Amino acid sequence: MAGKYEAGVKEYRHTYWAPDYVPLESDLLACFKIIPQPGVDREEAAAAVAAESSTGTWTTVWTDLLTDMDYYKGRAYRIEDVPGDDAAFYAFIAYPIDLFEEGSVVNVFTSLVGNVFGFKAVRALRLEDVRFPLHYVMTCNGPSHGIQVERDLLDKYGRPMLGCTIKPKLGLSAKNYGRAVYEALRGGLDFTKDDENVNSQPFMRWRDRFLFVADAIHNAEAQTGERKGHYLNVTAPSPEEMYERAEFAKELGMPIIMHDFLTGGFCANTGLARWCRKNGILLHVHRAMHAVIDRNPNHGIHFRVLTKALRLSGGDHLHTGTVVGKLEGDRASTLGWIDLLRESYIPEDRSRGIFFDQDWGSMPGAFAVASGGIHVWHMPALVSIFGDDSVLQFGGGTLGHPWGNAAGAAANRVALEACVEARNRGVEIEKEGKEVLMNAARHSPELKIALETWKEIKFEFDTVDKLDVQNR
Amino acid sequence: MADVQDYKQVRRYETFSYLPPMSAEQIRAQIQYIVAQGWNPAVEHVEPSRSFTHYWYMWKLPMFGERSVDAILAELEACHREYPGHLVKLIGYDNYTQSQGLAFVVYRGS
Repeated sequence: MAGKYEAGVKEYRHTYWAPDYVPLESDLLACFKIIPQPGVDREEAAAAVAAESSTGTWTTVWTDLLTDMDYYKGRAYRIEDVPGDDAAFYAFIAYPIDLFEEGSVVNVFTSLVGNVFGFKAVRALRLEDVRFPLHYVMTCNGPSHGIQVERDLLDKYGRPMLGCTIKPKLGLSAKNYGRAVYEALRGGLDFTKDDENVNSQPFMRWRDRFLFVADAIHNAEAQTGERKGHYLNVTAPSPEEMYERAEFAKELGMPIIMHDFLTGGFCANTGLARWCRKNGILLHVHRAMHAVIDRNPNHGIHFRVLTKALRLSGGDHLHTGTVVGKLEGDRASTLGWIDLLRESYIPEDRSRGIFFDQDWGSMPGAFAVASGGIHVWHMPALVSIFGDDSVLQFGGGTLGHPWGNAAGAAANRVALEACVEARNRGVEIEKEGKEVLMNAARHSPELKIALETWKEIKFEFDTVDKLDVQNR
Repeated sequence: MADVQDYKQVRRYETFSYLPPMSAEQIRAQIQYIVAQGWNPAVEHVEPSRSFTHYWYMWKLPMFGERSVDAILAELEACHREYPGHLVKLIGYDNYTQSQGLAFVVYRGS
């Protein structure tokens, strides 16, 4: 029998703070970093977040008593200090699986990071990690094909793949764009890529781009004897237009298309990933807008959570940062979310920012894509950090070669293969990278000139979003 | 323009085909790597004109559980002797991922 109805405002802790609660295997667990407003204690703030992201509201309502709230409510079950930050603390919250629609990344995030992020009692709030129970994982579509199937389809084994974003990112006509694609692919890259903001502008409508790119791919394949792809960006103003573009890529026999999962949205991405599985086309996923959400260490959503969201929603590639290039990314933290993207079971590891064990069951993994401000000198470090199940993308580092795209592509391919060959022989390539590259350049004039062109470029700014450690 | 080199298009055969052909010692090192990873060595070959197909001829059967570098090298050489004009590929087959941990063309045909 339900308790008596008492109207009015109750402290959240009465209902939502449950330090004795032992989470169920089927619970969805979340770790939030909270900075409460002055005067709000930790338990109350944690309970408030649990309430506002699950069943609660600010006042008691009689309709609460029509159901079994103990069965449906989220519970704050643990509080921890944040190392090196006295103002903030971690709150661990358990949500019953019944709160979420099956297979809906949209629904999970509407709950977890909905109204609660604007809630007045907290000054700042960040979703650090989420444990998706295997029960929930199995209701999601996941990557359209996954790492192994992609390797089989494209016949690429024993090495990372190579890509390149075509530049200038905006302003080329479709025919000139296709030329840049063709040159890069015939020189030795596996993929070229539409930049994220290449959709269907007046200077290059999508249909024209697709036609010229298809010609470039078919020719590069015939001439190199290797399989090639170009991430045709089907991100569009509406789902109808997105599918229209995807269908045309399929009609042209293209192996891979591309989508921006944050600006396009989880709903569009999940639908497109399902379409890709059904139609035998790989899906490359870009992450424009992620830094707006994940870069502030005190407010937003950590990228490891966005990585999990993408793996559930679906995609065969995801951009993960480079660690060494022009864009932000702490090494240990990056290694953490790369594992979350590719492995089938990832144990809790605070040194990599992983707060929960995560079991993906039979859900395939996706390739990690390293892209942004990288060039041949970074190759040894990239091969070492990312391993074989990755796509290393050199935009300027291919197209900026003094002899053109084909030579730039060949330089990168030679450098990549030399690093993999040396690694397999047992060479510590991060330490002895220079020697490996110089040695390979003796047989490759393209690599030699690339090494001379880019030797002084480094990106050594401090990372803004670091792992929470004592000495920061 | 005088210092810009023209790029010469040639056919390639995936991993390591952008490096010069390997020395016997380099091939041994890659076989050693395959064995150390716990992968199963296998040899495949094909006429150069058909290299684009997914299915090359298997040379005998995959060498499940074979750990002797010499034995693996001997099969590679035997395949090459029998089909001197063919591409001959060494594969490290990973039965856990059902994928190839490594695959590269050792003999590039005549």
